[in-house]
Amino acid sequence: MTVSDVNVTTPTDQAAQDKKTFKSLLASSEVDTRLGGMVVALLVIWVAFNILSGGNFLTSRNLWNLSVQSASIAIMATGMVLIIVSRNIDLSVGSLLGFLGYVMAVVQTKWIPESLGLGFDQWYTWIVALAVGLLLGAIIGAVQGFVVAYGGVPAFIVTLGGFLVWRGLIFRMGEQGATLSPLDKTFKLIGGGPEGSLGEWRSWVLGLLGCAGVCFSIYRSRARRQRYDLGVRPLGMDIGFAVFGCLVIIAGIALVAIGYESPISGDPTGVAYPVVILIVVTLLMTYVAKRRRFGRYVFAFGGNPEAADLGGINTRKTVMYTFVLMGVLCALSAAVQTARLDAAVTNLGVQNELDVISAAVIGGTSFAGGIGTIPGAVLGAVIMQSLRSGMVLLKIDSPSQDIVVGVVLVTAVAIDSFIRMGKRRSMLAALSVGLVISAIIIQTGRQ
Amino acid sequence: MTDTTTQPSTEVDYSGVPLVEMRDIRVAFGGIHAVDGVSVDLYPGEVVALVGGNGAGKSTLIHTLAGAHPCDSGDIIVNGTPVTIRNPRDARGLGIEVIFQKLALADNIDAAGNVFLGREMRNRFGALDDSAMASATRDVMKRLNPRFKNLKTPVKSLSGGQRQSVAIARAVHFNAKILIMDEPTAALGPAETAQVRDLVTQLKAEGIGIFLISHDIHDVFDLSDRISVMLQGKLVGTVKKNEVTKDEVLAMIIMGKQPGEATSREIAELHG
Repeated sequence: MTVSDVNVTTPTDQAAQDKKTFKSLLASSEVDTRLGGMVVALLVIWVAFNILSGGNFLTSRNLWNLSVQSASIAIMATGMVLIIVSRNIDLSVGSLLGFLGYVMAVVQTKWIPESLGLGFDQWYTWIVALAVGLLLGAIIGAVQGFVVAYGGVPAFIVTLGGFLVWRGLIFRMGEQGATLSPLDKTFKLIGGGPEGSLGEWRSWVLGLLGCAGVCFSIYRSRARRQRYDLGVRPLGMDIGFAVFGCLVIIAGIALVAIGYESPISGDPTGVAYPVVILIVVTLLMTYVAKRRRFGRYVFAFGGNPEAADLGGINTRKTVMYTFVLMGVLCALSAAVQTARLDAAVTNLGVQNELDVISAAVIGGTSFAGGIGTIPGAVLGAVIMQSLRSGMVLLKIDSPSQDIVVGVVLVTAVAIDSFIRMGKRRSMLAALSVGLVISAIIIQTGRQ
Repeated sequence: MTDTTTQPSTEVDYSGVPLVEMRDIRVAFGGIHAVDGVSVDLYPGEVVALVGGNGAGKSTLIHTLAGAHPCDSGDIIVNGTPVTIRNPRDARGLGIEVIFQKLALADNIDAAGNVFLGREMRNRFGALDDSAMASATRDVMKRLNPRFKNLKTPVKSLSGGQRQSVAIARAVHFNAKILIMDEPTAALGPAETAQVRDLVTQLKAEGIGIFLISHDIHDVFDLSDRISVMLQGKLVGTVKKNEVTKDEVLAMIIMGKQPGEATSREIAELHG
């Protein structure tokens, strides 16, 4: 072949090359295609519900509520990712959430004001209650994790036990599980609502911080890769990502957080505290999963437990700590949920374990181990909550909602595994079957 | 011995202290003696092949040196000092690196992550320094497999030879003094096998001692200096490669007979 031959291309070659360059462009962007697909799925769901509900879905009010409702499940889902990635499961999170919420409520409504005689609504009440909850969550997580990792009892069994034990303990506490209300005035703010939000100017500060963070992290990763001569994305692409990221953040805050005006005062509410907590948790957990040794070990263990052992990793400790983290996150969610209700009730968190596991799985976490992302799980939680919230807007009864969520869960996992096996047709078949069943259930479930 | 250049493998210096001595090692699983009083040693720049049929106890013996499981009794002496090896970390601390039969790679993690698994480089905040690890991996790979490019993809998507390169890079990067290779060519094609063979010769020239576990009698004769034969958990004997024939080694592996012990008729039966 001579040099001149190389430049001769037929039209079909050209088309093939275009396709190739698009693919290589996608590859060089290092965008997580799975995550990208989920964002597209979420947008499709939003637009579909918006059309079906006659424009009621994509309103500031609905999206703001959606963000608050998603937060508590999403917070726990970030921890569930690490548990499932390391080939375990935690069925106890719903009961644990209920128990921790109840304990925190007892601390602020009984122990501090009555048992210790310090009175209600002290400045420190919420801090003590939250600290007790987080600590207890960590301890309970450590106990469950210890039995799984060092005792060799399957996580399914241990946490099934926990599922029964923590729910049962709620009823054994104090007055046979009476509802505890109202809660501390400051603690209540953790749950969101017009008062438990950042307000206008602080939301903007948060948004600007977010934009600065996006730009800085893109710049930093570029600088590091240049230093080690590892090949960087085209400069234009990096700038494009930075601009896009900033636009999304600013649009989100302007349209959702500021756009939703408090029904009481009429002022813009801003970003709700549960969402702020979720953002912080997502960033921290992503950092732990991607940038810390612990996270690397969790994924290595999930990918090949034997290799992790032979690599000299303390795999038992690693597994135990995934449960400790899960316990702490349950406590955070418990605080959000009790504060939102302004009460602790005995059935708090019932079935939450299923929502949390579904969120993680819809978010691309694989039960085979070793695969899953924190942002994926958060997106999974938002997708689940979007489905529920959309169906509520369409006045679909709750049993039909459950059917649709169940169908979507199985369909999502089927699509994911077909894509992984490279079976395009099966993937499309699964997608259409799932869509048709969901559509029929939604249509017939309208009241 | 006038021409030593064509036979570099005979240049091992046996006068000094051995890199490793394993004395009277015993390991039992339940009532079965997987390894029953075996002693082997290894000198710098030497390749000692461990051969024997399935269940002869080769892997079990070598796992005690790698820290994969402890031995019940016996001594391990590294560079003249008795040592205790309880886990893989202890072994690594002594400069012992292992390339396991099943490669022991985490499939979902990229090459750099696997090379540094358990020994990650971290920045001043204690976070993983992925760029530095990728860069170091690229440098090792230049030596082992210059065509290796996929530093950032999970090793699941790599070919058998590339995966083997990753496993070997892990051992080489951390300056192993003693390398254990458990069936290093079992999963490889001919070209990749040749690559591994070159690498063994290269590492040997650098003064690294290698225990080579292999089923392939040709590999064994091409690469090793001495051959230790095991049968049913016991050591049949250790012979210098240059002093035996393949048939004699086969007789040791199958019948447990010392070189010269087996009759020509028995050897003929081996081939029958």
